[in-house]
Amino acid sequence: MSTLAIDKAGPSRKIKYGSMSRDRAWALRWSYFFLVLFAIFFLTPPIYMLITSLKSSAEISAATNPWWVFHPTLSNYVELLTSNQFLRFFWNSSIVSLAVVLVTMLISVPAAFALARMKFWGSTTLATGVFLTYLIPDSLLFIPLFKMLALVQDYTGITLLNRWYVLLFIYPTLTVPFCTWIMIGYFASIPKELDEAALIDGASWLQTLTRIFIPVALPGLIAATIFAFTVSWAQFLYPLVFTTSVDQLVLPVGITTTLIKGDVFNWGQIMTGALLGAAPPLIIYAFLMDYYIAGLTAGATKG
Amino acid sequence: MADVALRKVVKRYDDVEAVRGIDLDIADHEFIVLVGPSGCGKSTTLRMIAGLEDISDGDIMIGGDVVNDVPPKDRDIAMVFQNYALYPHMTVAENMSFGLRLKHYPKAEIKARVTEAARLLDITDLIDRKPKQLSGGQRQRVAMGRAIVRNPKVFLFDEPLSNLDAKLRVQMRIEIKKVHQKVRTTTVYVTHDQVEAMTLADRVVVMNKGRIEQIGTPNELYHKPATRFVAGFIGSPAMNFIPCRLEDVGSTLQIRLTDRIAFPLPPARAARYNALPRTDKLLLGLRPEHLTESHAHLESGVETFDTVLDVTEPMGMETLVYFGLDGTPVCGRVNPNAGAKDGAPMRLAMDLNNMHLLNEETGVVL
Amino acid sequence: MADVVVEQGQAVRAARARKPASLRNVLGRKSTVAFFLTLPLILLIALLVLYPAVYSVHLATLNKSMQKFVGFGNFLFLFKRDTFWMVVKQSCIFAVTAVFFKALIGFIVAHFVHNIPAKGQRKWRGMLLVPWVIPPAMSTLAWLWLFDPSYSAFNYTLSFFGIGPINWLGDNVWARFSVILVNIWYGAPFFMIMYLAALKSVPDQLYEAAAIDGANWWQKIWYVTLPMMRNIIAITALFSLIVTFANFDIVRILTSGGPLDQTHIFATWAFKVGIEGSDIPLGASVSLFMVPILAVAAIFILRDVSKRGNEA
Repeated sequence: MSTLAIDKAGPSRKIKYGSMSRDRAWALRWSYFFLVLFAIFFLTPPIYMLITSLKSSAEISAATNPWWVFHPTLSNYVELLTSNQFLRFFWNSSIVSLAVVLVTMLISVPAAFALARMKFWGSTTLATGVFLTYLIPDSLLFIPLFKMLALVQDYTGITLLNRWYVLLFIYPTLTVPFCTWIMIGYFASIPKELDEAALIDGASWLQTLTRIFIPVALPGLIAATIFAFTVSWAQFLYPLVFTTSVDQLVLPVGITTTLIKGDVFNWGQIMTGALLGAAPPLIIYAFLMDYYIAGLTAGATKG
Repeated sequence: MADVALRKVVKRYDDVEAVRGIDLDIADHEFIVLVGPSGCGKSTTLRMIAGLEDISDGDIMIGGDVVNDVPPKDRDIAMVFQNYALYPHMTVAENMSFGLRLKHYPKAEIKARVTEAARLLDITDLIDRKPKQLSGGQRQRVAMGRAIVRNPKVFLFDEPLSNLDAKLRVQMRIEIKKVHQKVRTTTVYVTHDQVEAMTLADRVVVMNKGRIEQIGTPNELYHKPATRFVAGFIGSPAMNFIPCRLEDVGSTLQIRLTDRIAFPLPPARAARYNALPRTDKLLLGLRPEHLTESHAHLESGVETFDTVLDVTEPMGMETLVYFGLDGTPVCGRVNPNAGAKDGAPMRLAMDLNNMHLLNEETGVVL
Repeated sequence: MADVVVEQGQAVRAARARKPASLRNVLGRKSTVAFFLTLPLILLIALLVLYPAVYSVHLATLNKSMQKFVGFGNFLFLFKRDTFWMVVKQSCIFAVTAVFFKALIGFIVAHFVHNIPAKGQRKWRGMLLVPWVIPPAMSTLAWLWLFDPSYSAFNYTLSFFGIGPINWLGDNVWARFSVILVNIWYGAPFFMIMYLAALKSVPDQLYEAAAIDGANWWQKIWYVTLPMMRNIIAITALFSLIVTFANFDIVRILTSGGPLDQTHIFATWAFKVGIEGSDIPLGASVSLFMVPILAVAAIFILRDVSKRGNEA
């Protein structure tokens, strides 16, 4: 056995080395080939959005080659960006998302700090509970929440249904648990000596949080912020259920309900609206990709 | 600056006692080193002095005041951590002044203190850098600077050099000593490295299993260890412990190491050990430097014997030789020119004037 | 210097003199601070997650006008309806198939990205994650347009190969295929990114050791990569199972459950019955049927996540 192995390894070493690098070159070619295929699959819908958005209604209904723009026009963009209704959707979405980010951070950062650093009665249970809450989907809660909001309205007279600001209370249920969870991970990775040093330097708990933990865990904070923003921006079910008047709608609901008029689909405008609606998260992603991905993987790798 | 006192200090975690009743008096300006193997309670003791751990029992006093329930920030202490614990988002100057800024010191005062400390530690050029841009030794200096600017009553060091490489460690050791000579602040320093302990301390506190084994100056610990633990812990290579017993041969008291090897004790030692019962199981404690090559002009009390070396380690200025005595491994230090070779026979000399005799069961040095 | 020390001493003494102000003391205590820091979180979870969850059980026991307690009446009613069983079946097919292919595609793509030189990886990774970044409601509109019965870009392309035209959303088999396809498209990048992170965390020495032991590429995957990634594969798949099972956007926009309720899953049907059909108790009952599957997945995730915690 051993002589056999030596036989093989000895004289043929050079050839073997050569074949290995050839193998690698082929593996690389195949990798690129399949990556291109998958990229086509993954990027077809957004590219098709862009193509259609540049077409006039006439060109679309003429049923020419759908993959090519023969007479590019920005008329769809001009029309939407000057339409009060669409701007209203955009404005509602922006306000809701930004406010939800703020609320989320104000709730989850202090809570994560307490859960990561101040062991207290029930803190482990609460941390687990936060994670479990994150696993409760919106489609389980929209019906009872709808009824609850209606009841609050009946008893107090405060109108909550069909008002965009009700989303400010509802969206944090989607963002806060995950943001708290990943901030716990980031805070826990800060060496214990750092808060002890701060303690000896005379910092209170709140000063330790604001002057040491938040600056040090800034990457985590950015990741959590991005997460909260994209979730709020993309949320579809809750605004579909809780808001109905055109002036109260956020983008995803606005585009799907108002641009589709009966059975008439104005596809040029729908695609333009969808692309504009996808733009803010895409832009954030383009500039802060590393934070975005860090936030995405943090849930499973940091826990 | 102030003295520090520990009175019967106990630390319990659930049902485990990490520190089992420590009494320690540290004088003003003194440099005390707590040394011991990991888990001996030295770091816990330091953290209790700092106020980072509650004490389960006993009292801790700083400057005569009991500080058991005083939070760390009001104890007027400063601490240097093993991983330095520099705030990564602050510059060196901001790191050093953080404590002062929290206490709302006047800006001019802060600046003066930071400049002074930076000058003392030779980091004036680094004052605007972030910790990430500093080398290990520089971070160490900044951590010390952060402690110095506070001008506290007590400095606490928690294994500050163990993250540095060997060469830098020696250098920083000297640096710490210099700084202490200048600022003269009472210092408690924790390390597991006995060399660090010996070189830095005014007095060394050897701890083991939550208790103090011995307190003394470095030389006292080295030459007059009180227990087997201290004898074995201090000094490198460690002291040899060879099973032995005492015998009376005529009127002389002799020590028998193996069936073949037995030596008469020098008169001073014989007088000291004469009263011991001959039946006790004893250990001969002998440092390697008292086991050397034999030569022509031996002092009295130095006895020779022949052995076969197992392994030799040339160290340059000396050669360490390893051999067995009835199965007990023994280490000696011989002149590099004495011709020690692996597996070769050699005649060695044992200096019984520097011997220690220990009770094998109790571990007490007799 | 000396007078500063004296000042400090006075300050300490003064602080001690003030000690009887016990409210300050209580407020400064660690547990008190921790309580206030977590209070908003606890309130949010209790009022807007736990309470509605419990409330939905209560709702499920009422009649349509919510005047009368009917016990298990709604559930018994559902058991007798074919549509309900169709929804159960379709939800399971939808979730299991979609998660399986998401995981498979994610794994394959992650491998290819991991294979290419490190400096190109960032670019490819960035490109391949785009479907996950676009809000699903927006991207599903693009798919709806790609599937359009009269102007389908897919059918246009396929016609060159002599295939079709396929009735993507009108035929019940194709409609089921389509909603699953879109879900795979949307979710596979997430798996890819998770697996890529996991692949990167496998130390190179292990592959080198395996290569020296004579393992071929398949054996390396089977004996080194998969065991090292097992935990993350499990967590990602279970997590995705929950999200896919509870999915709403894609089916709602693509088919609204049609044709003939064939593509309804729990969330869309609950919406149709509860909100559009104004039968809130029945809608609540429908969505409650998601709980068992979600609970099982959640328990396994929790186990794996805490296992990871212990390993670290």
